[in-house]
Amino acid sequence: MSAQSESRFVSAVKDSVAGGLIALALFSLMLGMKAEVASGMGGQLGIEYRWGAVAIAVAIVFFGRLLLNLFVWKSDKPVTGIMSGMMPKASSFSGLGKFAMPVFLVLAVVLPFLLMSYYGASGSRRYLDLAILVTTYVMLGWGLNIVVGLAGLLDLGYVAFYAVGAYSYALLAHYFGLSFWICLPLAGILAALWGIMLGFPVLRLRGDYLAIVTLAFGEIIRVVLLNWYDFTGGPDGISGIPRPSFFGLEFERGDDGFAAFFGLDYSSIHRIIFLYYLILAMALVTNFVTMRLRKLPVGRAWEALREDEIACRSLGINTTNTKLTAFALGAMFGGFAGSFFATRQGFISPESFTFMESAVILAIVVLGGLGSQIGVVIAAVVMIGGFELIREFAEYRMLVFGLLMVGIMVWKPRGLISTRTPSISLSGKAKGISADLVQEGHG
Amino acid sequence: MLRFKEPFERRSKGGWPVISGTEKFSHNLPQEKILVFIRGSSKRELSQKRGLATTFFNVQKCTLTTKRWLEPSGGLNNDMEYFLQQLINGVTLGSIYGLIAIGYTMVYGIIGMINFAHGDIFMVGAFISLILIVALGVTASMPLALLILALIAILIVSMALTSVWGWTVERIAYRPLRGSFRLAPLITAIGASIVLQNFVQISQGARNKPLQPLIPGGFTLSDGSGDSGFVVQLSYSQILIIVVTTVLMIGFTTLINKTSLGRAQRSCEQDRKMASLLGINVDRTISLTFVMGASLASVAGLMFLIYYGVIDFYIGFLAGVKAFTAAVLGGIGSLPGAMLGGLLIGLIETFWSGYFSVEYKDVAAFSILAIVLIFMPEGLLGKPEVEKV
Repeated sequence: MSAQSESRFVSAVKDSVAGGLIALALFSLMLGMKAEVASGMGGQLGIEYRWGAVAIAVAIVFFGRLLLNLFVWKSDKPVTGIMSGMMPKASSFSGLGKFAMPVFLVLAVVLPFLLMSYYGASGSRRYLDLAILVTTYVMLGWGLNIVVGLAGLLDLGYVAFYAVGAYSYALLAHYFGLSFWICLPLAGILAALWGIMLGFPVLRLRGDYLAIVTLAFGEIIRVVLLNWYDFTGGPDGISGIPRPSFFGLEFERGDDGFAAFFGLDYSSIHRIIFLYYLILAMALVTNFVTMRLRKLPVGRAWEALREDEIACRSLGINTTNTKLTAFALGAMFGGFAGSFFATRQGFISPESFTFMESAVILAIVVLGGLGSQIGVVIAAVVMIGGFELIREFAEYRMLVFGLLMVGIMVWKPRGLISTRTPSISLSGKAKGISADLVQEGHG
Repeated sequence: MLRFKEPFERRSKGGWPVISGTEKFSHNLPQEKILVFIRGSSKRELSQKRGLATTFFNVQKCTLTTKRWLEPSGGLNNDMEYFLQQLINGVTLGSIYGLIAIGYTMVYGIIGMINFAHGDIFMVGAFISLILIVALGVTASMPLALLILALIAILIVSMALTSVWGWTVERIAYRPLRGSFRLAPLITAIGASIVLQNFVQISQGARNKPLQPLIPGGFTLSDGSGDSGFVVQLSYSQILIIVVTTVLMIGFTTLINKTSLGRAQRSCEQDRKMASLLGINVDRTISLTFVMGASLASVAGLMFLIYYGVIDFYIGFLAGVKAFTAAVLGGIGSLPGAMLGGLLIGLIETFWSGYFSVEYKDVAAFSILAIVLIFMPEGLLGKPEVEKV
């Protein structure tokens, strides 16, 4: 062993020891001791010691850093270099969207029948509910993607528009007895109006101010919903929200029901399947509109705005209006998803619209890669579906979300699937460019 | 079933603690008698809930009230005593907000980003203090000298440990992204905030942690012999909070204005590249800024714990947004501005809930944030910001 490599080893160990000590400082109290109301102590707090957990956490940090130091950071031949040599180039993923989209689409369309044939009508209900949930998040993710991914506006109050949509439908149905199909567009329009109303004054602000103001608006809407007891039912929420009908056919037993009309045996699964196709169609409409808008001048303006706001302004783009359209469109899709949520649950309360919900949607968009439509799908399927299937780890979901948000931003700021397809190119054939090759803009 | 509207909230109202919240909790509170405020209940429902509440809180006497009781009624609220009490409470709350706001304002001044995780650093600081207090067995029954000594020791240890958290967040989530596109550090900040919140929720449990009052008692400024019969109290803990905040404020202002570290910070604020050319270790200066912010937040955490006597993993979110509002109101980047903004927000919030409605007090704070940002983005004491290419 040469002197050089030996000193390298020593410095790696030193660095790891430092990391371990910091981890010890971090975790000794917060993980090692748990202040808990002990039973039989008259409600006073007692300490529960968990030194084992601290030892594990410190060991993970120490050995993790040691391995990274030895094989990546302080090595002549970093393992990551070898690995990235074996991995396909990022640009070869550019075809992924083209290839994966139809596969996903076909899979999504036949999913209910696959589940039905495999699990039977009653067994597949759980999975269909999960599929509906995932698709709702996909739609929300696509809606937020317009705002965050395309226009580059960090919206931390997206759940407010989801809430506006849900409550619009619930209240219209509650007070005026309007049906889902009349309320759906109304909910979208109302949410978009709220987006414009809230967006207009704040969109002049720079990015981080915008983020915190949207967060504040999200909370205001939630607090108002919670406290306006006479109108919204406050924490009790609104129940008995009517279910959607299939062109006037209710999903119920009897001669006027959906099953009787089509000569099928009545089954409650029909409504679930219908709800699944409803949200799938709504999500696909969101995607379609986004993809088309992206090719219009306004879509290009969004992306230009994301890359460099000052350059945009100097080129004569009305930045406020451009931001406003993105904000309002995102809000509209959030509103659609909200009214779907209300009709699917049959019951809504402000508890469903907390900041954490906004954070989950944002995490899906970020993990999928800002601006990538297929990425949102993958992130939603993995993060929402995955955690619903392994219930034991449900409480770790947000922790993992947060860690991944930080990790992905640090490692690949443009998201995992980060190819840029130019909206226009000279040869006529648009080629995807790996985001790694694109210079980051500063706005 | 009892439903509470907010995680937990205690306000002094005519000498009685008032509790409201939506979360179910079952633990013993130090008070013998408790006034439980349940909104949206009729009189009849209340009498049904009373028995439940008495066992729920394990108290001898429990009075339940509806919203009506708290609404301003000419006799109770329009007198000097009530005003004075609100003023005292407002200044105390404002001091806590001010301490947190300094962390926001310093970080914003030096790297121009909102450290969303700062509110959660405050929460971690409060938890570290709580754990130390419980582990060391500090109670109000200790001799006074020992209690003071223990509190000072806890304050120092908690500042040190919370600083490590602040430093780690900066090192992991923000430093690698310096020079990246502008959304990136914001997103990692949100991520860091989520991580901290959920880490504490998992490691310390989601239930809120009640602590016996450490510094009970206080001066009675008005014993209720006035027309209103309203008792005005200035508790020792309130005095402690105001004094500690003032001392720390003076200390930090001196640090920024007089020491070489402060000079380095101010130069990094003006021009990071130039500062590094002149031999200032920019990365270290930024790290130290985070460390200072975190240690002040941990002081605020201890003060919050002493004042309210109960914390949970979620306190950082609201306190963080309000402290940020304070920083913006005072003019972000300005240290005295953060303090002034903190005081104003504390006062506005207290008076709003004292005279208008408790439920909408957060709305008041959030609305101020939006209004200030829209009409007066440079704040009260800040400098107008010029956007540079």
